[in-house]
Amino acid sequence: MSVIRFNKAINMALSEEMKRDANVFIAGEDVAEAGGSFGVTKGLLNEFGESRVVDTPISEGAIIGLAVGSSLTGLKPVVEIMFMDFMAVCFDQIINQAAKMRYMSGGKMSLPLVIRTQAGAGFNAGPQHSQSLEALLMHIPGIKVVMPSNPYDAKGLLKTAIRDENPVIFIENKMLYGLKGEVPDEEYVVPFGKANIVRKGTDVTIVALGQMVNKAKSVTKQLEQQGISAELIDPRTITPLDKDTIVNSVAKTGRLVIVHEAVKTGGVGAEIAALVQEEVFDYLDAPIQRVAAPFTPVPYSKPLENYFLPDEQKIIEAVKKVCIGRQFPQLVGRD
Amino acid sequence: MKFSKEELLKFYETMLKIRKFEEKVSDLFSDGHIPGFLHLYIGQEAVATGVCSNLKKDDYIASTHRGHGHCIAKGADVNKMMAELFGKETGYCKGKGGSMHVADIDIGILGANGIVGAGIPIAVGAGLTAKVKGQGQVAVAFFGEGASGIGYFHEALNMAAVLKLPVIFVCESNNYAEFTPREKHLPIQTVAERGSAYGIKSYMLDGNDVLAVYETFDEVVSRTRKGEGPFLVECFTDRWSGHFVGDPQRYRPLGEKEELQNKDPIIKLKVFLQQEYENANDEINKIHQTVDNELAYAEEFSKSSPLPHGESTLEDVYAQGKQYECNSI
Ligand SMILES: Cc1ncc(C[n+]2csc(CCOP(=O)(O)OP(=O)(O)O)c2C)c(N)n1
Repeated sequence: MSVIRFNKAINMALSEEMKRDANVFIAGEDVAEAGGSFGVTKGLLNEFGESRVVDTPISEGAIIGLAVGSSLTGLKPVVEIMFMDFMAVCFDQIINQAAKMRYMSGGKMSLPLVIRTQAGAGFNAGPQHSQSLEALLMHIPGIKVVMPSNPYDAKGLLKTAIRDENPVIFIENKMLYGLKGEVPDEEYVVPFGKANIVRKGTDVTIVALGQMVNKAKSVTKQLEQQGISAELIDPRTITPLDKDTIVNSVAKTGRLVIVHEAVKTGGVGAEIAALVQEEVFDYLDAPIQRVAAPFTPVPYSKPLENYFLPDEQKIIEAVKKVCIGRQFPQLVGRD
Repeated sequence: MKFSKEELLKFYETMLKIRKFEEKVSDLFSDGHIPGFLHLYIGQEAVATGVCSNLKKDDYIASTHRGHGHCIAKGADVNKMMAELFGKETGYCKGKGGSMHVADIDIGILGANGIVGAGIPIAVGAGLTAKVKGQGQVAVAFFGEGASGIGYFHEALNMAAVLKLPVIFVCESNNYAEFTPREKHLPIQTVAERGSAYGIKSYMLDGNDVLAVYETFDEVVSRTRKGEGPFLVECFTDRWSGHFVGDPQRYRPLGEKEELQNKDPIIKLKVFLQQEYENANDEINKIHQTVDNELAYAEEFSKSSPLPHGESTLEDVYAQGKQYECNSI
């Protein structure tokens, strides 16, 4: 085992997969010489040369088009859209091209490509550099969407993404790059569609996405001290979504809180809540709660961004809200 | 073209105000007063000054992530600008936008922009308004040479040319797009040559010479007002600092930074003023005083202004003022 940072984990996954498969290449703005805006692709130019680590012009539409065309014809691109916000500039290539081609061709075309991008608030980067847009992507059949929450998963999931035959969007929350975690020295992969049960518990299920997993994790410890045993689930990929793990957990605990950083309205939490009520409505002891951002753009100023971001306190409040009642009479009137 | 002393001093003041504003906010950023990203305009002052000095209050500009200089030259209030960078309630955007989103529609500033190239078609839209309303305004789009790689640039030039709109595309060629040097992302020598592909007449000029910029824009703006536009002008200039404050600039060749200072547009104008007018130094000193005072006040104003309350996050999402939740309107 080694303890490494999240950005290094991604770097290692890229390097290992490029060694393993000569068709894998990287392209994006400032990924080569500069090593990426967050140091994620550092050293890869030296290791693999200019033909496999490609600096592109500022041309997001063409970057995704490059990935679509080259993957259709035999290469395996891993391209970078520097900030997820900039995906809005290339949505045609993602939504109408990458996501549709296999289907439209009756399964004849194959697009093994990965789009790495960076999302989330927390750096006061303002409304056009802080968004979490995963729900827009989850809504589109034909692409897979990955949201790692720690270095171990990031490395293993990215390797899976690169080996996948489908277009995969790999979302790196910008607050995670510095996070350290244990990663095995030997080769491993993390499969898609297999949620991680971060912590087992019996009273309430918390499903958290991406960076919010870490906030929820610290919350579960505090809840434990107050006599609430929370089960924490990190889906790791939202397409495919591991419905079974979530549903089974809710059937056991009877309570569900969903936590994500994106705005609540039309968010991934709405999808998860709907799935749960379709499958295990009769097991629920309390209405499902969603902890998410308000229906606003991400503001710049510190007090505003803090207000926008879901925090531990809000998660605790939501958990208490669903736990008030039968098993936890001591909580009544205390929220 | 002959310039009056007053004109020259005015150019000097505008450039100096931009320079000092940037130096101050850079320091304040390093001291932790300003969060987020800051992209400084230092070195490029002659472009914004030479361009905007030809514009009227009701002309339009669409700016970029490196927008402080454009806004100041177009007449923005430095107090509100700085307060916005601080994230204060008194800032141009009430703390919601920050450095990359300063806007003042009352004086034609359609906004700095966090999305590279996005301002270019917005300026085309403003050009359409100007043409429809027939009040003789022009719209200027500022962008870097890096932005000429994005689809927006090409679509906007084509559309402006097809619709014959009063738009001026101003490329600030400062040789770097973030950390990537010009020759690595631009396959041709000049962005100006792209204009001809769209039937747009293009100019090139020394963007470190405010008088050269002014003169060209004097012609370009008046021709645009007469309906002869659109035009493209490539201004060759230099970005002295990193892409953002804190960028260690490992990609810059050694010695380049020092060389740039020899091309300082402000010193250049100062030397010219001193050569032309014996007592120029008195006036120059006065300008330094005025600008220093103005910015000291802006700093004070920004520091003493209140931060916005968290709940104001919910305001301004819609014209009605309040945000909506799908289940609780
Ligand atoms: C659509 C989009 N892609 C990428 C970025 C990240 N980015 C911000 S500034 C910049 C470089 C811009 O270069 P240029 O247009 O030459 O302007 P300069 O910074 O030199 O003023 C990049 C790539 C962005 N903000 N928006």
